[in-house]
Amino acid sequence: MTDRVATPSPRRPWGLVAASLVAVALAAIPVIHLVVRVLSADPAELAAVFDRPRIPLLVGNSVLLAASVTLTAVVLGVPSAFLLARARLRWRGMWAVLAALPLAMPSYLAAYGWLAWQPSMKGFWAAWLVLSFVSVPYVTLPVAAALRIGSTGLDDVARTLGRGPLGSFMLGTWPQIRPAVLAGALLVCLYTLSDFGGVALFRFPVLTTAIQQAYSASFSRDEAAVLAVLLVSLALLVVLGEQVARGRAARRIQAAPAVGRRRMVRLGRWTAPAVALLLLVPAVAVVVPVAVLLARVLTAETLQAFDPGELGRALANTVLLSAGGAVVAVLLALPIGVLAARHRGRLVRAVESAGYLALGLPGIVVGLSLVFFSLSVMPALYQTALVLAFAYGVLFMPKAIGSIRSATAQVPTSLEDVSRTLGNSRARTWWTVTARLARPGIFAAALLAAVSAMKELPATLMLRPTGTDTLAVELWQRTDISAYGAAAPYAVALLLVAAVPAFLLSDARAGREATREAIA
Amino acid sequence: MRARRGLALAGGLTAAALALTGCTAPADDEETLTVYVGRAESLVGPLIEQFEEESGIRVEARYAATPELAALVLEEGDRTPAEVFLSQDAGALGALADAGLVAPIPADLADLIPDGFTSQDDSWIGVTGRARVIAYDGEQLAEEDVPDTVDDLTADEWRGEVAFAPGNASFQSFITALRVLEGEDAAAEWVAGMAGNDPELTENNLASLDLVNSGQVQLGLINHYYWFRQAAEVGAENMRAQLKFLPGDPGGIVNVTGAAIMQGAEDDAAARAFVEFLVSEQAQRYFVEETFEYPLLPGVDAPEGLPAIESLVNPGLDLSDLDSVGESQRLLADNGLI
Repeated sequence: MTDRVATPSPRRPWGLVAASLVAVALAAIPVIHLVVRVLSADPAELAAVFDRPRIPLLVGNSVLLAASVTLTAVVLGVPSAFLLARARLRWRGMWAVLAALPLAMPSYLAAYGWLAWQPSMKGFWAAWLVLSFVSVPYVTLPVAAALRIGSTGLDDVARTLGRGPLGSFMLGTWPQIRPAVLAGALLVCLYTLSDFGGVALFRFPVLTTAIQQAYSASFSRDEAAVLAVLLVSLALLVVLGEQVARGRAARRIQAAPAVGRRRMVRLGRWTAPAVALLLLVPAVAVVVPVAVLLARVLTAETLQAFDPGELGRALANTVLLSAGGAVVAVLLALPIGVLAARHRGRLVRAVESAGYLALGLPGIVVGLSLVFFSLSVMPALYQTALVLAFAYGVLFMPKAIGSIRSATAQVPTSLEDVSRTLGNSRARTWWTVTARLARPGIFAAALLAAVSAMKELPATLMLRPTGTDTLAVELWQRTDISAYGAAAPYAVALLLVAAVPAFLLSDARAGREATREAIA
Repeated sequence: MRARRGLALAGGLTAAALALTGCTAPADDEETLTVYVGRAESLVGPLIEQFEEESGIRVEARYAATPELAALVLEEGDRTPAEVFLSQDAGALGALADAGLVAPIPADLADLIPDGFTSQDDSWIGVTGRARVIAYDGEQLAEEDVPDTVDDLTADEWRGEVAFAPGNASFQSFITALRVLEGEDAAAEWVAGMAGNDPELTENNLASLDLVNSGQVQLGLINHYYWFRQAAEVGAENMRAQLKFLPGDPGGIVNVTGAAIMQGAEDDAAARAFVEFLVSEQAQRYFVEETFEYPLLPGVDAPEGLPAIESLVNPGLDLSDLDSVGESQRLLADNGLI
């Protein structure tokens, strides 16, 4: 209770609102493009899509998968985060890196690895397993960060008043981490709705399957668009649901002290299950598929086609383009994240929701909308690195919003008030106080966008400069002709390069703890 | 501190990335041709290099899967940078022609490819052929156990044992062939029978082949050349899946890959030269040797060990009727397959 945390300012800075609206307008390009296409399409053709007996099954499957994957990621992610942040464990750094590692794994690669080992895997459970385990870090990382800066003061009070360990955790700590849990769950849920590669390999039919088929057999963009609008409607429900839940949590968090004593837990006989949990997630998401892929390399006959120069160029392109994408994503997400952290109201909520929607769409849909946009607005830049980086920014900006919002919210407004009373302008205050303290969170946002951009394929195929290959493109080129042996070096390179931001993310989150302790 | 350095680094990298694109612009004095290629780079890339060497024309090739590229061109419309579109299937070329995005193939080139293997209105030209086949599990079945016609696949014997890709263009043209050759009622009965026979629905031909190869199902309806590709990867002797061709059966028809000249390149000599090269003896031989596809240019021999293309073709068949593909899709949709 030493500081006011995240108290909304009474006055709305219109510069910030304007910047947010611009960012949201750019982020909404895919959705606007879809809606325009659906409205201008032949209504009879669209109605025919809904008449197909398979569509209800696909919607049901999408909802079932998204819900179960999100639940699993939370159930595994929250205890993992607790162990990373609050348990006395040896080799803490190693566990933190292992927990972040699944971020580096593209779902299609994980699915492929498992399938190569267990060809009978198919359907719901297979898709559930792989998508859940590659998504766990989206929950683990923000929750661990929230736990590192939270306190156990209220837990202790609850214990002295006779509550059990779990009861006092729910009373004291849970309200502090609930926004982080919700933010992570939102990303997992939208990602699952939009995923195609992972579910396709396991032959679990969902809405994205039908969207892909609309392009691949009917060559009908109208049919694809109406299915994508259906998908966006689901995404909208998810985003609104998260906002309602977070709104409730935000009111309750006021009571919880954000700084104070933090008690570390001695695991004792719980050490073995704890270590098992921390090993299980990276084992399923990364170790098994990578081991299978490497085994394939040893048995394949096409490895001789490997060209180190080509790999090097693809690696450089991947790093440069994803870095550019991360910068754009952060620039777009900053005004939205700051606005959402400091202000409330219907407008703010609408801006934030619109920012998230594109994440629920498959890459091919977003890619096509940006093809249209760039040809209309900046035709000279079409199929250049600039437009591809911009596309990555639009695609992955939602992943940056949450991290920026929570990092900003944790900067006490009293510090900003001090700066303002010293005569600094709002902008200068933001730059010298807020941005400086929130920097680790902003950096984490950039890393999350970068790691996602590295793995991106469909939009890359459409918007990359002709002849510019990324690692994901090279990988696709080879698996598409079943040259799995030749694909393996690219798969490994992609994993290694994506592991760098994942590694930094685990570290950056710990770094935020240091920052917090410095100001506490 | 780390964060600031990180952001500075990211900014620097972006600038470098942008500079990079500036450098890839071709020199002005060189003639260039932009080709959208809906096939794998490792298969088509060497052929394009041969063309570049012989013609002195630089080819800017954009590789992606045919569906994505077709959607891309349709979105680009007449602003497309593509001058030639090389497609994995005829359906994509038909969609481009329907949208009025292609220029007619010059008559002297169009006449090189026999009727039935190319478009009827010269909106695109056939380049190679691939036969529909049944891939079967060689460990569980002998060739004579495998049906000679897809009609038998609806039998109880094959319940849960047949994999196919209902959303795939080549599968859908097989359905069209079934409707044309055996009549609407028989086709509807077959599709309903298949849908009720617990089939394994896959995303593409390759996935169907993988299922047969790993013993998950006994039969897969695929295009023949996927088997040869995979055999080249793992060695033919290691292939568990084997192929059965179906001469005279709708399930054994030949689909074609093809190329179209985009409207903006109607009078472009380089575009014409590239298409001419694709149907030249040299390129046709390349496809035979490297991708194990049927050549469409008369006089070039088919890959060794394959039945003659004439034995697989049914002259009563007209696959270029695109409205008819729409009917096939409706049939599949009504039966819950797509």
